[in-house]
Amino acid sequence: MALKTERMVLNMGPQHPSTHGVLRLELEIEGELVTKVTPHIGYLHRCFEKHCEAMMYNQVVPYTDRMDYLASMYNNWGYALAVEKLCGIQVPERVEYIRVIMGELQRIASHAVAVGTFGLDIGAWTPFLYLFRDRERILTLFEMTCGARLLYNYIWVGGLSHDIHPDFVRMTREFLESFKPTVTEVNNLLSYNKIFIERTANIGVLPLDTAINYGCTGPTLRGSGLAYDLRRDDTYSIYNKFDFNVITGQGLQGTLGDTWDRYYVRVQEMLESVKIIEQALDQLPAEGDVQSAIPKRIKPPKGHVYTRVENPRGELGYFIISDGNTNPFRVKVRPPSFVHLEIMDDLTRGHLISDIMAILGSIDIVLGEVDR
Amino acid sequence: MYEFLNELLGNQILAMLLTAAVPLVFILLFTLFAVWLERKVSAHMQDRLGPMRVGWHGSLQLIADFLKILQKEAPVSLEADKPLYNFAPVLVFAGSFAAFAAIPFSSKLIGSEIELGLFYILAVSSFMVIGILMAGWSSNNKYSLLGAMRSAAQIVSYEIPTALVVLGMIMLTGTLSLTKISEMQTSSFWNWYILGGPGLSLSKFLLIPFMIIGFIIIYISTLAEVNRTPFDIPEAESELVAGYFTEYPGIKYAMFMLTEYANMFAVSAIVSILFFGGYQSPVGYLGNMLGIHWMIPFEQAFWFISKGLFFVFVQIWLRWTLPRLRVDQLMALCWKYLIPYAFLNLIIIGIISLL
Repeated sequence: MALKTERMVLNMGPQHPSTHGVLRLELEIEGELVTKVTPHIGYLHRCFEKHCEAMMYNQVVPYTDRMDYLASMYNNWGYALAVEKLCGIQVPERVEYIRVIMGELQRIASHAVAVGTFGLDIGAWTPFLYLFRDRERILTLFEMTCGARLLYNYIWVGGLSHDIHPDFVRMTREFLESFKPTVTEVNNLLSYNKIFIERTANIGVLPLDTAINYGCTGPTLRGSGLAYDLRRDDTYSIYNKFDFNVITGQGLQGTLGDTWDRYYVRVQEMLESVKIIEQALDQLPAEGDVQSAIPKRIKPPKGHVYTRVENPRGELGYFIISDGNTNPFRVKVRPPSFVHLEIMDDLTRGHLISDIMAILGSIDIVLGEVDR
Repeated sequence: MYEFLNELLGNQILAMLLTAAVPLVFILLFTLFAVWLERKVSAHMQDRLGPMRVGWHGSLQLIADFLKILQKEAPVSLEADKPLYNFAPVLVFAGSFAAFAAIPFSSKLIGSEIELGLFYILAVSSFMVIGILMAGWSSNNKYSLLGAMRSAAQIVSYEIPTALVVLGMIMLTGTLSLTKISEMQTSSFWNWYILGGPGLSLSKFLLIPFMIIGFIIIYISTLAEVNRTPFDIPEAESELVAGYFTEYPGIKYAMFMLTEYANMFAVSAIVSILFFGGYQSPVGYLGNMLGIHWMIPFEQAFWFISKGLFFVFVQIWLRWTLPRLRVDQLMALCWKYLIPYAFLNLIIIGIISLL
């Protein structure tokens, strides 16, 4: 006699310890096996894009902070680059250097959270707190510079809100020196831990063609083996002056493009960012007004522009249409997290409930950016 | 202890109550201490301070927490099966409390000196599975249900390697009485079963590696039985929120926590009795040296609790170091590795003990 069974629908989120914010996943499960995952989004929707149309160009900057709240610097930067391109503003060299330093510090901070919470999803608490300890130091550097620890409103169209603190360079160097051992420690505790490898290798394999078809970028794409990094391949700002490697997944512990690869790409990228910051600090011009290129009134000519930057999570694009007014006619954001969330169903099918957490952690989404 | 109290008080019921109260008080005090220890150890491992405000280094924090949890309102979900829901924490706690009755804290301090102590403890501690399943089912919460199913599967599976190792020890010692097993390992750490047991025969030296393997197997499987990391999948907070006790608030939640910590000590106690001499001192007794014989049971209790606490500390240490296994890997570890090795170990110990 066949036993009548039915699939159970498990509602994971929006209040759940590891959905990284207010994501709701509707899981269809058969025992522990997941047969279907449907992400439901919109719990954090704040009408960012519509709101921008009622704001002047410089007033949009604080709103961009609140999209990817783990990488606010980069959001500011992407927006500033778009408007600068629209208006044809050339920013001073010192500003560019400071932007690179801030952006890369932000990348370390963001990857620290990504790697730490990924460990947390697998059940390892300690590396998470080690990484948060170091992230706190980055936030202190930011606070020293612009007074805010999370939402900076620092990179303005044409310049920066403040010049760096006199102690900034010294303290950043000190931080970078102390950060390298942390990465080794995290590698020992997590990356090469047998249990961790068992949990992450061969799980949620994202083949390269699928990744490209879905439009994945950033560490998620690089984890599948393609060396594609906008900092190198579509250079913006002054990234062409620095020597750094584009890290790709190698399939070291299992299949190419599994969660371990995506995780390990982030770990190594933190060290690459350290390299970039060290070079930028060495070359940083000593003097210069960081606000000299800020326009009094931003009124770009009619037209449209699309710029993209390599946000810690992937390609962050801003598409801005100007109708010649002081307000943008339309601001459209291409958030990497939103694109990456779409691959959830493909990646998770046929895995166990525990793997959902590993996979979700490895694509590293920020709900503020998904919903905007 | 019961006989002693009965003689002292001349009243059977009073003596029974007192005998029962001692483990209960111990469990309560131990839990307060262990939770504090867990928080402090984890904090210092993670570059934090942990609780610092209430009392010296937060030593009274747990009392404050306990008072808070006592005062909490205990709402019950409308959909819950109320009788089962309310009974489950009691049953789970009863299982682990009952185990304490047969654990010898010292040669005198033992709730009930039964001949089948080891068997009794294995039996009553599997009682908990019923309570856990009841809790998971009656909460009417999918996370609770999944947690309970995982937990039941895990505890039932891991009882097998535990029992196999215990069986080996029974073959070696020829008794199920925990007191007798402890007494065999008397006078010095050289006589502990982790070092092959008493005597100086050839078989003792042959036994040492297999004893170490047995110890590792039983330690891993007891870790899984008490749902500690890396085997804490039934209550994996990043997956199942809190597993089978997700829906329990206030004092009922506290009972589950109490059970968890009581079990941690119970399994550590069993491991230390089987392999590390139980309440026997590793070096000898101060009481014997000074000629104060009433001191010896207290010294024994000190050694016993120290050994138990040491293993509890190792459990805490592992928890804050290791990630968590997945449910299928957990089963694979048990059925594919631990049980075959435990069987092999059992056979080898049997052959050696025949020599």
